[in-house]
Amino acid sequence: MPITTDDVIEFLHRAADMLHENKEYLTELDSAIGDADHGINMDRGFQTILKKLPTVEDKDAGTILKTSGMALVSSVGGAGGPLYGTAFMQAGMAVAGKYELTAEDLLAALDAALKGVMMRGKSKPGEKTMIDAIDPAVTAMREALEKGATTLQALEQATIAAEQGMKNTIPMIAMKGRASYLGERSIGHQDPGATSSYLLIRLMTEMAREKQ
Amino acid sequence: MKKLINKPEDVVREELEGMALAFPDMIKVHFDPNFVYRADAPVKGKVAVISGGGSGHEPMHGGFVGVGMLDAACPGQVFTSPTPDQMLEATKMVDGGAGVLHIVKNYSGDIMNFEMAADMARSEGIRVLSVIIDDDVAVKDSLYTQGRRGVGTTVLAEKICGAAAEKGYDLKKLADLCRKVNINGRSMGMALTPCTVPMAGKPTFTLGEDEMEIGIGIHGEPGRERMKLKTADEITEMLALSIIEDPPYRRTMREWDEAKEEWVDVTLEDPPFKAGDQVLAFVNSMGGTPVIELPIVYRKLHQVCEKKGLKIVRNLIGPYITSLEMQGCSITLLKMDDELIKLWDAPVKTPGLRWGM
Repeated sequence: MPITTDDVIEFLHRAADMLHENKEYLTELDSAIGDADHGINMDRGFQTILKKLPTVEDKDAGTILKTSGMALVSSVGGAGGPLYGTAFMQAGMAVAGKYELTAEDLLAALDAALKGVMMRGKSKPGEKTMIDAIDPAVTAMREALEKGATTLQALEQATIAAEQGMKNTIPMIAMKGRASYLGERSIGHQDPGATSSYLLIRLMTEMAREKQ
Repeated sequence: MKKLINKPEDVVREELEGMALAFPDMIKVHFDPNFVYRADAPVKGKVAVISGGGSGHEPMHGGFVGVGMLDAACPGQVFTSPTPDQMLEATKMVDGGAGVLHIVKNYSGDIMNFEMAADMARSEGIRVLSVIIDDDVAVKDSLYTQGRRGVGTTVLAEKICGAAAEKGYDLKKLADLCRKVNINGRSMGMALTPCTVPMAGKPTFTLGEDEMEIGIGIHGEPGRERMKLKTADEITEMLALSIIEDPPYRRTMREWDEAKEEWVDVTLEDPPFKAGDQVLAFVNSMGGTPVIELPIVYRKLHQVCEKKGLKIVRNLIGPYITSLEMQGCSITLLKMDDELIKLWDAPVKTPGLRWGM
């Protein structure tokens, strides 16, 4: 069953709710190694997306995602704004003009988001960032689809990989952003950006499961 | 949390409203997106100088907007980088046709947001160059971290580049000057107490009653060492020697190459201080330190510089790059030459820094 633009809109609404519920949790993770605002910033950013959605509800998935990215860039600030904003904008470019998305389209969007984050943040896997959740998810999803998995099965694999990737940030030394100043003191803490990325990927999977 | 505010979410907006009411001859404030700009902007034919960053460091940057310093400043939420739409609109507002220099402090959020803004402005036909300030010697490692943070030298770079822009430096020459200030300036700070971001409501870190953090960042980032409180003389000597004896520092920055029309990596190295150098000595309060304590720090700094053969030719003492109500100070030394001295002495008229006019 293809993913429609209604599904994309529903995803953004539920992501906003989910991030609002996780505002304290993400902020608490961020206070250990960052500046204690990740939850607050993500919540503000997704609330801004909700305000912009009515103007693009009848547009293609690419436009919806690009508009969401711009909303994040202009409302979040910090590092999360440009990183998540670039991720959504690049994902939007990957599915520009499409009203229905296949599993391959979704993979292309996630892959474009990943590459956008790496470019914008001058970062790569293993530096204790959101990339550590998204990169394994993209790989797992690609491998699953190559083996003939359904959209749901591929997303389930992506979620398992993202969760593992998120947990793998705990023993890592942070090498990007404010957390990097802690050096070895950043060990033992889960990266808040990897956590929010995992939560978003998990939400996609939950929605795919409900639509079965 | 005990603060002289109304609602935490209104702090930045109400501060800007107050600034606009207090200094209408110098600045105007634009809301949504938020930025402070020169009352007489755009100045035709002059390169415009813009900076910005999270709020909470006042008077930097909004208090440095005016003749002889910044053309615009973009304040983010407290300790959170501003967003590209702020820098884009400010850039469009103050561009006098000669291009715009963005002075950016080395924090990942500031860098990314300013890069996006510069890309957007260029796509609208405005020439923009960016220079990154990274002068905090407390961060030794540039390979496995974001690198040195941008702190006290930012204030000096904004003053000096603002003066140079008034004197007619073109964009390229102004960016070169800003880079020169950055590699010749070094800073280090310390904290006696933490600070509380209004929206967070809790201190950003904790320090024992008899403890201090040496090498603190202006957002309470951890420094080199947490130790038992010492005397002003001992603290000043520690900070000053860390700066004066700092070895050459290499880092790679991403800068816009106008010929290639792409972002390129540029490697820069700081020359170390040596006996005989002329310096500007900047003693800064983190916000909560009473003014009476700053000359005590300056007194010892003067002695240490003398012992090391550095001649202080100019100074700046006071709260200029603060960290909310944090108690503590930072020291910045900038190696001066005739060009920098002349630009430092040039007239400036901003809410936070004013002489000669």
